[in-house]
Amino acid sequence: MKQLTALQQQARRSNSFRSASLPLDTSVDGAIKSPATIFWLVLHGLCCLISLVLGFRFSRLVFFLFFSTSSPSATTNLYSALHTRLPSSITTSPPAVNGTAVAVDGGSRVVVGRHGILIRPWPHPDPAEVMKAHHIIERVQREQRIQYGVKSPRTVIAITPTYVRTFQTIHLTGVMHSLMNVPYDVVWIVVEAGGTTNETAALISKSGLKTVHIGFNARMPILWEDRHKMESQMRFHALRYVREKELDGIVVFADESNMHSMELFDEIQNVEWIGAVPVGILPHSGGSEGVELSAVSREDTDKNENSEMPVQGPACNSSNQLVGWHTFNMLPFMKRRARYVGDRAVVLPRKLEWAGFILNSRLVWKDVEDKPAWVKDLDMVGREGEDIESPMSLLENPSVVEPLGSCGRKIMLWWLRVEARADSKFPARWIIDPPLDVTVPAKHTPWPDAPPELPTPVVKVISIPENTEKRVAKRSRKRSSRSKRKRVPKVLEEHVSTRHSGDN
Amino acid sequence: MKKWVLAVLFYFAFCVRIEAFKFHKTQQTERISGSAGDVLEDDPVGRLKVFVYELPSKYNKKILQKDPRCLTHMFAAEIYMHRFLLSSPVRTLDPEEADWFYTPVYTTCDLTPNGLPLPFKSPRMMRSAIQLISSNWPYWNRTEGADHFFIVPHDFGACFHYQEEKAIERGILTLLQRATLVQTFGQRNHVCLKDGSITIPPYAPPQKMQTHLIPPSTPRSIFVYFRGLFYDVGNDPEGGYYARGARASVWENFKNNPLFDISTEHPTTYYEDMQRAVFCLCPLGWAPWSPRLVEAVIFGCIPVIIADDIVLPFADAIPWEDIGVFVAEKDVPKLDTILTSIPIEEILRKQRLLANPSMKQAMLFPQPDQSRDAFHQILNGLARKLPHDKSVYLKLGNKILNWTAGPVGDLKPW
Repeated sequence: MKQLTALQQQARRSNSFRSASLPLDTSVDGAIKSPATIFWLVLHGLCCLISLVLGFRFSRLVFFLFFSTSSPSATTNLYSALHTRLPSSITTSPPAVNGTAVAVDGGSRVVVGRHGILIRPWPHPDPAEVMKAHHIIERVQREQRIQYGVKSPRTVIAITPTYVRTFQTIHLTGVMHSLMNVPYDVVWIVVEAGGTTNETAALISKSGLKTVHIGFNARMPILWEDRHKMESQMRFHALRYVREKELDGIVVFADESNMHSMELFDEIQNVEWIGAVPVGILPHSGGSEGVELSAVSREDTDKNENSEMPVQGPACNSSNQLVGWHTFNMLPFMKRRARYVGDRAVVLPRKLEWAGFILNSRLVWKDVEDKPAWVKDLDMVGREGEDIESPMSLLENPSVVEPLGSCGRKIMLWWLRVEARADSKFPARWIIDPPLDVTVPAKHTPWPDAPPELPTPVVKVISIPENTEKRVAKRSRKRSSRSKRKRVPKVLEEHVSTRHSGDN
Repeated sequence: MKKWVLAVLFYFAFCVRIEAFKFHKTQQTERISGSAGDVLEDDPVGRLKVFVYELPSKYNKKILQKDPRCLTHMFAAEIYMHRFLLSSPVRTLDPEEADWFYTPVYTTCDLTPNGLPLPFKSPRMMRSAIQLISSNWPYWNRTEGADHFFIVPHDFGACFHYQEEKAIERGILTLLQRATLVQTFGQRNHVCLKDGSITIPPYAPPQKMQTHLIPPSTPRSIFVYFRGLFYDVGNDPEGGYYARGARASVWENFKNNPLFDISTEHPTTYYEDMQRAVFCLCPLGWAPWSPRLVEAVIFGCIPVIIADDIVLPFADAIPWEDIGVFVAEKDVPKLDTILTSIPIEEILRKQRLLANPSMKQAMLFPQPDQSRDAFHQILNGLARKLPHDKSVYLKLGNKILNWTAGPVGDLKPW
């Protein structure tokens, strides 16, 4: 009795019961040792001996291949077509199949026993099928969005102020790709300082979005203060366009160098008239300055202030109503702030950035019946010289702003300003033509360590192009005379065909 | 006045159920129309009466105490069904008016250290229980068990073995030949599935699945998903026996296919991944059924069933052909062609059907029970078999079952 249970307990799933327990079972069940059983035992022993000699497991399948009576009608496609069939008598049955135990009426197609593993001759994906599968997935996702996403999504009107400079391509490409991924309709209004240029036009035409390219007739100033003001004016100019054309949708101020998360575009669909999202501020500029800053912050006793990312946005009370605003605290950065574009210091945002506000485009339309009473007419605001710091100046009453992003707790937008020096050169459309020749490292850096010439309050803004233009002219003359001589390391910089940012 | 207040309070307490399984509200779900679908919404209360035999605790409670793992493995339905029946309105304490008789014996609770149930003592346990009820109550002998039902959720049901050949050899326990069997195993023309059995889904823990739900707006980006063994190296090193070679075939054909996210890993995000997949493979293993079907239905992933002649749970109530995709085992090498050639409207329709909460409810065994869950579907199935044919009632002294049939080992007392 105990032996029985012990033996049975040994035959668990985890042990390989197949070969070991077969003779065991026959002995336990007390079956009569038929000649067939002895024959198979002998065969089994023979196989073990052969495996011992050969050094690998000698499969009894070989015997099946020799002895099988009915080779199945396998199509040529099948690589391994060892589909077993119920044999009629014991003597011809292959050792692996215990077929006769299946006493099934009704002719089941399913048999117990070893089956072949069907592999097709080229088990790799077919590109047409992969495409079909992707279409299926796309359609399923669209259906999901219809069912669980935003009902009746509104067009996203993105307003981006830009101007031609070294980092324009980087920033504009970033915004462009974000907007291309938005699952709703997008109208992209690009306002360019200094008038429309082919450079920008070529860049935004690659997006495949509905774009509106507006020129703004003023050059972008070099001082950050002035630049912020001009950007506000440019955005306002775009709003005038929205008003004029009566574009319907949700206005987002997608600044070039900002980072937008896709969830932002889903969240803004909830806005009714004017909403505010929290904006994470990344004031650290690239370069050694940034490292210094973090080193300082570690030493700082007031750890919380500097180690957390500052956030601008709405502040709410426990019942999720707007009670105030988190703005950017400039005090810790006052000493290190950047004053001009390309300064290797920290670029600070204004108190409340435009990017954090989302408008319903109907707010800026003329003569709309259901326009709320608290919004000022667009023409009233933004008269000459008046500085529009944020869209709040459109409101009579700032408390009507709707807090979005789970009431200022979820950040889906990050603000950052990174620029190269204003007088930096870059190849036109980032195509290097003629191609660069053998480059030899220069002995000293090509950039002069002297800072760029800063404008005096009025005149210098225009004078910079003249200076650099002269320099370029000089260099090009030198270049033509030197091209026949051997390359000299010092004049490396001239081989790159430069283009001044002011040229069209 | 006070009575009123109390009544209202009780009503509210009743509404706020603990551990209720809440599903996401979906706008567009399709109701399975026609006779099949409506059956899912039937209420069995009032349509049948079940009498629960009082067996000594060595058949149920003591076994459970010895190994509480039985409450969480996929065979736990037998235990939860017992608990459900004890407190259900269909239970009657008067056996004379009962339509069905239930014997609470936990035959699948003898577990190895790995957690797998050993069926070697189950036949004797079952025999012993039947001997008890036939000697203490007259109802067994009245019909030789034709109005009794038993829950046998193990691999091959009442054949009581995990290995198919052995199970087929044994056949269904002779004493259960006339009773109704409620089991997870179902394969057409198989010895271990007798006519009139009720196929149920394996137990899947509802709480655990609920905690892993993700927002339904998360886009489904995986085309085909599967996690599990392809080769059972411990028991079938060459392959070809396990799953009749179907799982190995899936692996060999599609391991290089980027559309197929298949592997043997055990990720912690298994449930979340299923919710991000369009198709979930449910191939057979050692037995044709698998908890993957339940998981796929709960998580809205279209089940791709690769098991020839399988009988799916509640097949008379749930139109599985409309919900899942059936692939013959010999067609596994063409699985990618088959799946990509399904018209997109059909796929969307299947997803809508799956989103229907009544489908998901029918696959679950929640505690406490909820309306239209698997417990109620079992009762519905039993109710549909009523009234019993007059011929099942045997005349006095008539015996059909042979109490001494079966392997010698079964006849030993338990």
